[in-house]
Amino acid sequence: MLQRGGLKDFDWAMLFIILIICSIGVLQIFSATHDTVWQGAWWKQVVYIGAGIGLMWLMTNIDYHALMQRVYPMYIVSVVLLIAVLVIGKRAFGSTRWIALPAGIHLQVSEFAKIAVVLLVARFLTEIRTEILETRDLLKLAGMVLVPMALIAKEPDLGTALTYLPILLIGVFLAGMHWKYWATIALVALVVVPIGFSHLEPYQKGRIVSFLDPERDPQGNGYQLIQSKIAVGSGGTWGKGVTKGTQTQLRFLPVPHTDFIFSAFAEEHGFVGVMFVLVLYFVLLMQVVQDGQTAPDRAGMYLCMGVGALLLFHILVNVGMVVGRMPVTGIPLPLMSYGGSSIWSTFLMLGLVNSVRVRRFVN
Amino acid sequence: MRFSLVGPQPEHENPSSPQKVQQRDDPKFASAKMAAFQYLAVAIFLFLVTGFWELQIKSPEIYNERAERNRIKALPIVAPRGRILDRDGRVIVDNHSSWKLLLSRENLKEEHLHEIASGLHLDYDDLAKKVARYRRRPKYEPIIIKEQLTAADLAFVDSHRDPNTFPEMELIQSQSRLYPENGLLAHMIGYTGEISESELDNPDYAKYNQGQIIGKTGIEKEYNDTLMGVDGERQSIVDNLGRERQMLGIKEAKPGRNLQLTIDLDLQVVAELALGDKRGAVVALNPNNGEVLAMASRPSFDPNKFAVRIKSADWRELTSDPGNPLLNRPIQAQFAPGSTFKPLVAIAGLETGAINEDTTFHCAGGATFYGHYHGCWGTHGSVSLHKGIAQSCDTYFYNVGNQTGIYQLAFYAHQAGLGEKTGIDLPNEASGTVPSPEWKLRTQRQKWYAGETISVSIGQGALTVTPLQLARAIGGLALGGSWHAPHLLMTDTAKEKPKEWNLSPDNVKKVVYGMYAVVNEGGTGGRAKIPNVDVCGKTGSAQIASEAYEKLHKDVKDNAWFVAFAPCYKPEIVISVLWENSGLHGQFAAPIARDVIKSYFDKKARLLEVERLKQNPASVLSSALNSAMSPLPAPVAGPGTSVRPAGEAR
Repeated sequence: MLQRGGLKDFDWAMLFIILIICSIGVLQIFSATHDTVWQGAWWKQVVYIGAGIGLMWLMTNIDYHALMQRVYPMYIVSVVLLIAVLVIGKRAFGSTRWIALPAGIHLQVSEFAKIAVVLLVARFLTEIRTEILETRDLLKLAGMVLVPMALIAKEPDLGTALTYLPILLIGVFLAGMHWKYWATIALVALVVVPIGFSHLEPYQKGRIVSFLDPERDPQGNGYQLIQSKIAVGSGGTWGKGVTKGTQTQLRFLPVPHTDFIFSAFAEEHGFVGVMFVLVLYFVLLMQVVQDGQTAPDRAGMYLCMGVGALLLFHILVNVGMVVGRMPVTGIPLPLMSYGGSSIWSTFLMLGLVNSVRVRRFVN
Repeated sequence: MRFSLVGPQPEHENPSSPQKVQQRDDPKFASAKMAAFQYLAVAIFLFLVTGFWELQIKSPEIYNERAERNRIKALPIVAPRGRILDRDGRVIVDNHSSWKLLLSRENLKEEHLHEIASGLHLDYDDLAKKVARYRRRPKYEPIIIKEQLTAADLAFVDSHRDPNTFPEMELIQSQSRLYPENGLLAHMIGYTGEISESELDNPDYAKYNQGQIIGKTGIEKEYNDTLMGVDGERQSIVDNLGRERQMLGIKEAKPGRNLQLTIDLDLQVVAELALGDKRGAVVALNPNNGEVLAMASRPSFDPNKFAVRIKSADWRELTSDPGNPLLNRPIQAQFAPGSTFKPLVAIAGLETGAINEDTTFHCAGGATFYGHYHGCWGTHGSVSLHKGIAQSCDTYFYNVGNQTGIYQLAFYAHQAGLGEKTGIDLPNEASGTVPSPEWKLRTQRQKWYAGETISVSIGQGALTVTPLQLARAIGGLALGGSWHAPHLLMTDTAKEKPKEWNLSPDNVKKVVYGMYAVVNEGGTGGRAKIPNVDVCGKTGSAQIASEAYEKLHKDVKDNAWFVAFAPCYKPEIVISVLWENSGLHGQFAAPIARDVIKSYFDKKARLLEVERLKQNPASVLSSALNSAMSPLPAPVAGPGTSVRPAGEAR
């Protein structure tokens, strides 16, 4: 169902914003790694972005309805791959998140499974016939989202697992649900969270405890949070300049080219730089929401809003962590953090949004 | 909260293809909820912006400072202590470089202490106490937990210093004291140690900082400020692993100044060897300027064990040793001088006119004074001054003392520096006692008995002296009444005024002649005789308890004394020897003095020979022949016996 005329509608403005954010990310990756073993990372990131643009283009040209028709096989393949990760995956940094492909590529399956889940939620919700969500449907949907979440949490990668929740929540919210359900969910959460806490890995518990009081253990679990706050705070209004951030350059800041890239950026570019990038993210997000609002059908709307919620959650958790307002979780900042899986999955999702956009006038 | 649907949702009639169904449906049904999502996004972005605002705009200084503290590290550079040299510039105390381990308190975790303590073989309780002591001090002050790390310690530190294990461990290079072996000069030199808590509370120590190494006893303490340098500091930029990336600045340490002592290592070694296992002391002075040439105290201890902190087992062993090895006998052992006091009694008698050279007393093995019989060690018949000194006749000196009177005896003893500190540059000197009626009234609130004067006349009773006091007293007497303050530091001694009391040269000559006879004319000190050197001396064997007590307690025995100077009429060296608890007569202490005096004159002869050869190289051959015919004095055993002109410092 390729609509040639629709390509004129490709959101060039959005691509422009995406490329600015990506360029800032590449610059920051360069700055943070220029005298480390990662010093080639910025160049690789450029390649990832180039490929990402290709993927986005491809995605835009595929009718999302066609994808939604094949969502169940996609979902099943994703779950099988997530199980495969647990069985044959590559261990790094204490958890198993990657599958090694030939040519030295390591794919983080959990990043791509998101797309299947976004499509799945959209398809499921467009198919229900009732005015608001019934219990049976809610449980069915939640169950289908929880399966990949549980597999990812088992890796263990609680942060990425949690990014699946906003997809479910925004869908359910938009579809409409009786307030009693919301109340029930809130109650269940109140019970489950403390029990769940006691089942967390020690390092995960430590992260949450130290988030509440980082100075309690400044060398251990609080270290990353404190160092990140120091990096951000010492950046001041104008920042210390590219490759001049002491926290970044002297490695006091952990992983300054991946999870803490925004912290490194804030140190070197200050409040002014931070505002600039946050505004870009905000505009990008609003465009995604707008594409949802102008979508030709519910499926398109659910897709856009699912992607939007996912982006917002990533930004909230990652940037919130950087300023010490969220616990430390290993989730990347979309478009800026170094890593092919994250970049590609983000571009794919934004391609999906564009696929909805270019078909908004189709009748 | 429940959002109501906006508008009714149009139902679709063709459910067979979901794709078709949705193409017709109305996506606007949730527009209010999408708007709500937009507001949520705005709220979240504002929430994030305020986070940056708080950190970057409101209080960037705090974080700036913390970033600076992260990256800039100041490590102390320990200033090496000055070396201690002997009078010829030979090194007595040196430094060797070593590593010490600090715990940085900014990232110290108390739960690490157990493993750190066991890794470094430290006592955990001690370490925990030390850490606790620092609690009220500023965080940037590190704790020195171990000095002189061994290779094993270094390996432990190197393998555990990474940020994930014990990042609080920091190594710095330092200098440690290296003292002579076998306790040579240990008491005089003293030792260093980390400043203690109690010292820190003392205003005298206010200038020092916690963790500094200061002199604790001896020369190390007396001249601490000279020996101690000023520590420097090295500021550098470090990364998260503590690796130095760039040096910012360096304040070099100012090393301590070297200290030259008057001690002659050659003599010192001879004195130490001559004492050997005996409990006692040797003091050798130059009576003309008070320079201490040798000063030995035995048994001794190893100051290297103190260099940082002595192990408690070693400390217990030292303090519980009946030989009391920590006692600095030359200045702290106070004993009755016995017959070595007799030359002073003689000069007092002569100077006051109580006797003259020809006054004779009869010795029938003792005499009765004030109703008490006082025995002599022999039966000497008719005894005059010369014979009295040479044979050390007690009966003669009972009479001299009795006729001179306690006031005059005490006066001359005080003139000779007894009963008061000599003022030597060592801490904790003892003053000894010169008894007199006033003294007894003051200290014991009792009347003086005339019989006590009789005891004092032969150096017994309440009279006590230190070996240093005795050497100085006799040396000054031999010079005719000029008592220099003894000192260990090589200084310009010409400026120092001796304590003087003009004695009649005639009287001095008579006493000196008596002392010459002690050694050279069949007197009690014949064992101190040296060919070609006129040695004058006086033996002494002093009871330290009543005879009855000594009989009951076999381990309490007489002390043997010997005091000597040479040459007789122009003394260059005066020496006193104490052999504690020997149970022997003073003549057995004489060989120790002889060894030291002999080595003094042997060395002098060698130096003269070297001088002569330098001035007249042509005579080298003949001199070699000469020396083959009549061998030069045997070189003295010990370290650094190479001969070099006195006073030349390396």
